[in-house]
Amino acid sequence: MTARYLPQTLRGFQTERFKEGYSKFTRNPFSVIGLSLVLLVIFLAIFAPFVTPYPEHAGSYVNFKEINKPPSWKHLFGTDLVGRDVFSRVIFAYRYSLLLAITVLSLVVPPGVLLGLLAGYYHGTWIDYTIMRITDIFLAVPPLILALAVTSVLGPSMLNAMMAVCLMWWPWYVRLVYGLVSSLRNEYYVHATAVIGASNFHILWREILPNCVSSIFTKMSLDVGWVIMLAAALSFVGLGAQAPTPDLGTMISDGATFLPDLWWMSMFPSIGVLIIVLGFNLLGDGLRDLFALEEI
Amino acid sequence: MGREVVLRIEDLHVVFNVLKAKLKVVDGVSLTAHSGERLGLVGESSCGKTTCGRCIVRLVQPTSGQILFASKRLGENIDVANPEGRKWYEAKREIQMIFQNPGASLNPVFTIGTQFMTALRYARPEAINDRGIRRRVVEALKEVQLPDPERILKSYPFQLSGGMNQRVSIAMALAVEPELLIADEPTTALDVTVQNQILELLYALVKRKRTSVLYITHNLGVIREIADTVYVMYAGTIVEHGNPREIFSNPLHPYTQGLMEAIPKLAAGGFSKGIPGSIPNYSEPPSGCRFHPRCSKQMQICVEERPSFVEVSEDHKVACFLL
Repeated sequence: MTARYLPQTLRGFQTERFKEGYSKFTRNPFSVIGLSLVLLVIFLAIFAPFVTPYPEHAGSYVNFKEINKPPSWKHLFGTDLVGRDVFSRVIFAYRYSLLLAITVLSLVVPPGVLLGLLAGYYHGTWIDYTIMRITDIFLAVPPLILALAVTSVLGPSMLNAMMAVCLMWWPWYVRLVYGLVSSLRNEYYVHATAVIGASNFHILWREILPNCVSSIFTKMSLDVGWVIMLAAALSFVGLGAQAPTPDLGTMISDGATFLPDLWWMSMFPSIGVLIIVLGFNLLGDGLRDLFALEEI
Repeated sequence: MGREVVLRIEDLHVVFNVLKAKLKVVDGVSLTAHSGERLGLVGESSCGKTTCGRCIVRLVQPTSGQILFASKRLGENIDVANPEGRKWYEAKREIQMIFQNPGASLNPVFTIGTQFMTALRYARPEAINDRGIRRRVVEALKEVQLPDPERILKSYPFQLSGGMNQRVSIAMALAVEPELLIADEPTTALDVTVQNQILELLYALVKRKRTSVLYITHNLGVIREIADTVYVMYAGTIVEHGNPREIFSNPLHPYTQGLMEAIPKLAAGGFSKGIPGSIPNYSEPPSGCRFHPRCSKQMQICVEERPSFVEVSEDHKVACFLL
């Protein structure tokens, strides 16, 4: 029982921990690819007006001299039916997609986590049953179908579609956190905190929640991809973003009419969706391996 | 003993409802702890000792019975089994518990320092504004003979060895100066040499602070070292209690005898004798004496009636029909 059991210095140890995590994460090339794709997309989205050759093409811009041009050095991804640069529009669409995913998740995660915490902590009581049965009801409806129903009633707009997606997404967080808390509440350290007289609030917030954070973040990074995919799907069928908003789904559906001749109009936005969704999924998988989580 | 009583458990029953079965895990346990007394609660695994301990800190709600705790803070007796909310909130700071698995009783995502401060904040709210709180934590860690407390405060539980974690737990439990400490197999997960160090440390600390201890273990050797009074438990009932020296030199209940014979002897060959059979099914416990199906000296009366305690001497009571 001497000091040799201890790390040399704390700072040294934390750097070591970070290095260990870093090397564990980078051991899998796919995680690195995922992270790079995500960072690239975020960079492009933030600096869209500076990295795109024709920022004004993002909105309602018409140039009939340049319509239906195939990819060239002037227009990397070609131009669309009204002469707008597809490359510029894809980059601006990333902005839109990311904003959307962030909005949906920030609306969905807090209530989901809160309800999951309560249901898991009061496992086996009426609180648990009430929350989990309501959750089950919501889980029974497929998100895309509900989004279709909502938008066809309230009118097609991205806001309505995303409201429907939010409504359908929180139960997954409830289930995730519920499962975690149901087992964490029986940990000795939770009992130990209860014995010293900590409040239920303290136990939930300061002891249990910090142990769930890695799972929640991993699920969020996986969900970004899903939400973007869903939004693109809604726009593709015409119920999501409306013209002239640059949106990947809308662009794909506009170009799809002219396949295979004017292939660049739908092909490049599709690759755009692929890159962003793949990036977030690979990143999420990498995080899951890093935190050694199995339940997501 | 003319000393004041800190804890008195009377006829404690705990019934767990599991699916349709009713598990009578604790069945009429009574025990008394005096101020500064070290009680040992011993028995084989799953005989209800931990459940007893957990009832005292209200991690388990007893089905019936009384747990009277003499609170110094309130200056009165509290029935832990059915307390008035406010009073229990005050009194529970005087009862602390140390758990079996030293690593698991500390939260893995916080440093020792953070958790220590939290413990102090809850157990002794008056210490919040105390500028010396950090110094007190360091002193508490020094008391349990941890080297370089400053560094330990900044480390996470998984960076420390099991023995060190258990020392931290002991320091945390004792830093709030409890009247009663419940130690639930605190050394079971540690190896023998570390176990001995921890025991000596715990013994010295509680003796100095005059803390009453309820030490729950299945290790008779540990009981002999640490306890003033031993309660032998079998399947939710106390079968024999009294002075450990007397009980270990002259065990009268067949279960205690069996337990002592079950200890592996270093000098002998082969396996030790042990007790045939296993702990009964708690949903349908045996009638009469709960030990009778495994008892070598079983009689007809053991099946029909429950034995009551026979006083062998002032410090030795046995619940068996043989006497």
